[in-house]
Amino acid sequence: MAVFVLRRLGTMAITMFAVSVLVFLLLEISPGSVATKVLGPYSTDEQRTLWLEAHGYFQPLWVRYGNWLWNFVNGDFGDSLRFKVPVSEILWPRLANTAILGLVTFAVMIPVSLVLGVAAGMREGSRLDRAISVTSIVTTSVPEFASAVFLSAVFVFWLKWLPGTSGMAEGFSFKELILPVLVLVIYDMGYVARMTRASMADVMTTPYIRTAVLKGLPYGRVIVRHALRNALIAPFTVIMLQINWLLSGVIVVEFFFAYKGFGALLLEASLNQDIFVIEACAMVAVFVAVATQTIADVGYAFLNPKIRFG
Amino acid sequence: MVDAKDPPLLEIDGLSLTYVTRAGENPAVRGVSLTVRAGEAVGLAGESGCGKTTLALGVMGYLGRDCRRTGGAVRFQGRDMGALGAEELRRIRGSEIAMVYQEPSSALNPSLTVGAQLMEVPMIHGRVTGPEARERAVRMLADVHLADPERIMAAYPHQLSGGQQQRVVISMALLSNPSLLLLDEPTTALDATIEAGIVELIAEIRRTYGTALLFISHNLGLIRQVCDRVVIMYAGQAVEDGGVAQVFAAPRHPYTRGLFGCMTLPTAGRAARPPIPIPGQPPPPRQRPRGCTFAPRCGHFVDGLCNRAEVPMEKVPDAGPGHHVRCLRWRDAGAGERARQAAPLATPGEEILRVEGMGKDYVVHDRALGALVPGAGGRRLRANDGLTFSARRGETVAIVGETGCGKSTFAKVLMGLEAATSGRVRFDGADVGRVAVDKRTRRQLRALQMVFQDPDGTLNPSLSVGAQIGRAVKTLGVETDKAGIRRRVLRLLDLVKLPSEMAAFKPRQLSGGEKQRVAIARAFAGNPAMVVADEALSALDVSVQAAILELLTDIQRTRGTTLLFVTHDLGVVRYIAHRVVVMYLGRIMEQGSTDEVFAPPYHPYTEALLGAVPIADKGVVHRRVVLKGAVPSALDPPSGCPFHTRCPRKLGAVCETETPPERIAGAGHVIACHIPLEDLAAVEPVIKGAS
Repeated sequence: MAVFVLRRLGTMAITMFAVSVLVFLLLEISPGSVATKVLGPYSTDEQRTLWLEAHGYFQPLWVRYGNWLWNFVNGDFGDSLRFKVPVSEILWPRLANTAILGLVTFAVMIPVSLVLGVAAGMREGSRLDRAISVTSIVTTSVPEFASAVFLSAVFVFWLKWLPGTSGMAEGFSFKELILPVLVLVIYDMGYVARMTRASMADVMTTPYIRTAVLKGLPYGRVIVRHALRNALIAPFTVIMLQINWLLSGVIVVEFFFAYKGFGALLLEASLNQDIFVIEACAMVAVFVAVATQTIADVGYAFLNPKIRFG
Repeated sequence: MVDAKDPPLLEIDGLSLTYVTRAGENPAVRGVSLTVRAGEAVGLAGESGCGKTTLALGVMGYLGRDCRRTGGAVRFQGRDMGALGAEELRRIRGSEIAMVYQEPSSALNPSLTVGAQLMEVPMIHGRVTGPEARERAVRMLADVHLADPERIMAAYPHQLSGGQQQRVVISMALLSNPSLLLLDEPTTALDATIEAGIVELIAEIRRTYGTALLFISHNLGLIRQVCDRVVIMYAGQAVEDGGVAQVFAAPRHPYTRGLFGCMTLPTAGRAARPPIPIPGQPPPPRQRPRGCTFAPRCGHFVDGLCNRAEVPMEKVPDAGPGHHVRCLRWRDAGAGERARQAAPLATPGEEILRVEGMGKDYVVHDRALGALVPGAGGRRLRANDGLTFSARRGETVAIVGETGCGKSTFAKVLMGLEAATSGRVRFDGADVGRVAVDKRTRRQLRALQMVFQDPDGTLNPSLSVGAQIGRAVKTLGVETDKAGIRRRVLRLLDLVKLPSEMAAFKPRQLSGGEKQRVAIARAFAGNPAMVVADEALSALDVSVQAAILELLTDIQRTRGTTLLFVTHDLGVVRYIAHRVVVMYLGRIMEQGSTDEVFAPPYHPYTEALLGAVPIADKGVVHRRVVLKGAVPSALDPPSGCPFHTRCPRKLGAVCETETPPERIAGAGHVIACHIPLEDLAAVEPVIKGAS
């Protein structure tokens, strides 16, 4: 098991390294355009050369990469071109906001979808199963922007219960969080529920569940003790992948509700060619993706005794 | 012990169970009646698909959503199981009726320890506390002869061997001291030596706990060992029942007689009692004929009698109590039966295969931290070690041994799927031991072909039979033009005795036996000099096995093909092999002609293999030998003689330290053992009085 974890961590480090090289090359391969982006289209050639020299752009590529990487791991991501402040000053608060959104979404979605999935998979083909399956297909097939518009129409304009934007101008407000969370939960819940259902239904047909039933165990014990643990191994990986989605896949929702999160930042940076913010965002997104995948793999191995005590 | 006046413990009364699918209704069990009295062991025998398992699950009240009880009743201790509520049923399950399953590896929960799975039985049914449940579980594990129960308690199922897993399942079933135990093919997934141990355990359980058994098996030899009475099922019906003594001495139903007749027995030489295949195969549920379901396969069928109406069970007079048969012509069933003469085996020609000191090592990387260091290597697993034997043209050489003895590894090296680590494998003059299959010449490929265990897995489901055989014909370069390939395909179908229309069939339209015939036709596409059959019969029902065996020996006789039979079935070996190679942990323990290997002097391992086979034949005195423990890991094989850890005839320290000498017992008969030949020759034969 220790070897397995070490191997996964090693793979993770190699992936991160490869991605950092790619990000660096793609964005900084042509120093001329970097200077143009930084100094603006109306700067002179002389100004650009001076800026490039001052920022070490005439050193060999590998030295530049080394410096860049060193600064990067030490938390110096450069300055934002748009906001004229260090990238870290914008990035961390935005990341924190997205983390709040993601955590609340998770806290609501995971229990609900697991319960629904297990309830449906427990008795495959039952009325409850069919009801849950159909509902989850419907909710998953409605895109976020559609449900965002619809929910706003109901709760903001018609019932007037909730604010229409979530800018959090007067500090943190739980009320402003409700609609974005609801949209995300509705969209993602069906997917996780369906994965759980499939896994649960599969486990319920295994011979060891038959053994458990024919041992005379009460049905609840068969489900909780014998089926659940095995049925949750497969959805665990899927759930970990949702973290990744919540980070960079929620641009639409953050933008729609003017929520100052990571996705919105990524969008703004791309639109403004805010090169150092893009770099930082890309690296953070990749790190989260690789890290969640690693946790998913290790967790999968831990949940599965055949791998843990292989 | 069994008092006929007691009310029966289990009474199945005209039970019918039907699977309701979209395509229609498939009756799986049709009006089966049987009773099990307290302490009695009743066997339920029949081929796959005859409804045995459905019947057992019906007794437990555990039928899938698509299976209905369409008639009859199950009464346990006088209570109608069908009328019980869910809670009452639950209280009976696992406490009064317990079940043991065919596949112990999948019957245990992979993510719970053995201890957790055992302890919940007394905690639920006996309402005892955790520590008390734990104590009972440990005691029960010791009772089923598992060494080191504490370690087993803490283990996860996958950390145990198949035999250990089955003992765990049995101990789980016994924990609440049930009055009835249902055993569904409990040893089919296990090696014969392990099976013998489990069967001994089941007999012991009956003695100590007085548990009644409903023992389901396709193996009549096992039924004979375990049961007092037997019910023979065919196509969902009971066709014969009675005391084991009566039914085995004088089977009345033509199907029962056929089952006995088609078995290959390790007790009798080839000429003594050749197996007679039952023609055809069991009809699918919706194509069962009117009247007697066995009629299409029966030699005693009379039109207008057997196919007129449902045939009732009829009592056989003068045959002791309770012998019944579902046949209108049982009085004539014994008469006019074909007494078959086995055609002689082909006469072997010159040598074609010579294996000299062949070894095959696998490098296994463990999961310790050291494995991360490059170049540290792994441990070597010696799958084959110093194999030396030969095969001649037209000869059948059988390689036998338990799971993990390295017989399949050898087949892989011979076929070029793995490379030998040492030694030589000379086939037809060339050393092929290290020549991968894609580096072999077309001539070599043609000359060496293989038939696999599972015909379902080896045939492409989306290609017609003709296309699959044709592809082999084309790839091997036997024929090139379309017409030539087609002619050749038809000739090959004819060779395996399949009608030419089948060329257009897809594999799913064929039965298991027909599929295996197609696989054989494909192997013979290039007129091979040698065919390796790796457990080619073990996935087939006994009634079909005999016919495939007959086919292979016929082809061998006409074409002079060498057959290398990798198998665990000693009955098959006795019937078709010229010579036998007995392997254990990658090494050859004994080799010689079939008659030599089946009679003393034996290697003690050969003796154990012979002593483990369940024998259905009443006229045979069979000395049972039960080995302790399982095959040791090939990663850490015992020093000296690899068999010394389980050998019942172990001499002493010499077996642990020194490699046994190869003792020459006759021309070509070699035994690798420290025991002197005279002592081995003086051993009492395992099988005596062969009929």
